[in-house]
Amino acid sequence: MKTARMAAIAFLVALAMACLLTRWIARASYAQQFRDTPDAAPSSQHWLGTDDLGRDRFARLVYGTQVSLLLAPAAALAATLLAAVIGGAAGFVGGWLESGVMTATDLFLSLPWLFLLITVRAFLPLNVSPEASAAITFGLLGCLGWSAAARVICADAKMLRNSEMVLLARALGCGGVRLFWRHLAPNLRPVLLAQFWISIPVFILTEANLGILGLGVAEPLPSWGGLLRELEGCTLFSAQPWMFAPLLLLVATVSSFHLALPQKEGWA
Amino acid sequence: MPERSLSPDLVACARRLPWLRRLGVQLARVLLALLVGGLLGTALVRMAPGYGVDQEELDSRLSAESLAALRQAHAGDGGIARSYLHALVCMAHGDLGVSQSLHMPVRALLAERFPETLKTIGQGLAVGWLGGLSLALLAVLRRAGPVDVAASLLASALLCVPAAVMALLFVMAQAPGRLAVGLIVFPKIFHYAKNLLARSAELPHVLTARAKGAGAARVLLRHVLPVAAPQLLALAGVSVSLAFAAAIPVEALCDLPGIGQLAWQAAMGRDLTLLVDLTMLVTVVTLLANGAAGLAQPMRGGVR
Repeated sequence: MKTARMAAIAFLVALAMACLLTRWIARASYAQQFRDTPDAAPSSQHWLGTDDLGRDRFARLVYGTQVSLLLAPAAALAATLLAAVIGGAAGFVGGWLESGVMTATDLFLSLPWLFLLITVRAFLPLNVSPEASAAITFGLLGCLGWSAAARVICADAKMLRNSEMVLLARALGCGGVRLFWRHLAPNLRPVLLAQFWISIPVFILTEANLGILGLGVAEPLPSWGGLLRELEGCTLFSAQPWMFAPLLLLVATVSSFHLALPQKEGWA
Repeated sequence: MPERSLSPDLVACARRLPWLRRLGVQLARVLLALLVGGLLGTALVRMAPGYGVDQEELDSRLSAESLAALRQAHAGDGGIARSYLHALVCMAHGDLGVSQSLHMPVRALLAERFPETLKTIGQGLAVGWLGGLSLALLAVLRRAGPVDVAASLLASALLCVPAAVMALLFVMAQAPGRLAVGLIVFPKIFHYAKNLLARSAELPHVLTARAKGAGAARVLLRHVLPVAAPQLLALAGVSVSLAFAAAIPVEALCDLPGIGQLAWQAAMGRDLTLLVDLTMLVTVVTLLANGAAGLAQPMRGGVR
């Protein structure tokens, strides 16, 4: 298990490096069209062939990886920060605030959030730039994905509030804000990190779902969801195998995120 | 007052009271979620920068005056609260509005599409639960055996595949799309059920039963499953919500005419009325499923 975890971390590090070196790895821009060779098979010039508009599939995969792998952690960070503020405050203060926040969280968790997400996504302006559509899509994921993490953080903050350490600090005259920043926040860091890490593959998968449904990142900017949309209209045995490259990369990345998480934080 | 002095009807009623109270709480919760969910959905959509913007506005030939007239025509008839209250009043009278993209009453659309989704979700959940629970039971019976390893690997691999890709793979293989819902919920059911059963299997009374020589099947059926049953029931409620979420990509991509496909069509056609109605309907169904799972727990406890 330890070997698998190390391999997963190495894979994620390599992928992160590839995201940073996109310009050097991709041999063309994601939007550049090779009009003489649309729908071409893999060759030395186009490693994964070209799509029906003549765009280099490998370049689009590299840029799509960059979009998904940079924005999913950003959305996860936003969701975790929201959850930390909401859940942490509810757990730390307790009383009516805790009850109110927990009721709101329960209600928010009951909402079918994919329905809510496509509802809100559908009502965004039609003429936004592809970059803005990517930011909006992942921004929405960050804003709507805080509730489950808030419950966990609230439970941990409540446990810490009732701990002997906090009781001692209170007895020594430590005030509310100082107690929160000096004693509560550092002890919440592991759970915040775990929630952040868990959210990344969830957001990657949700973006892929939205992209395939045509509600994700707008063309021509590639994302994993948009690239997987190409599989629509193929049949299992007639499809060109290289078209499955985005799927393989997505599955490998999501599995690596799952494997890289320490086991106790997984499916507990 | 001793119980025997009361009439049998009163005693039965008193016994039912905690259950009725829980039922009342669950129904109030559904109503509250419905109101809050509807308000949240309406507010989010009304505040979205693209609200009231139509595809016609992308026509570069239109003048500023024409664009302003179009926006006026598509703008709502008041603030968020006003339009939400209006929708609630209409809903109370059974009027769910008219779909702007399909030009049909939403009520008729739901009546036509909802049974199809129930069929999809029912079959998907049956497949998911049958596979997930039976493999979890086998995995707990034979820890670290080939079934445990193979099922865990399969579930972990399926967990990494987006629901829409699963649906696409089913379309490509020309397999029945409804089964895709089963494969989407299977990994979550398997993982949670296996963990719940494994945790129950480590309880002291189970270890005692094993030490006394009870067989594996007897231990599982008599000592492990009854302990894990309340949480498995809660998982059943949650799995309904998971199946509804999976229904959108599966129905949209596998061309199944249910409410998942309707939601996708409404999103593509920017149909606010239909989208808010669908969100509220699915919220009610998932809350009812969770509530039913919650209500079943004390009933079981009472029997014990």
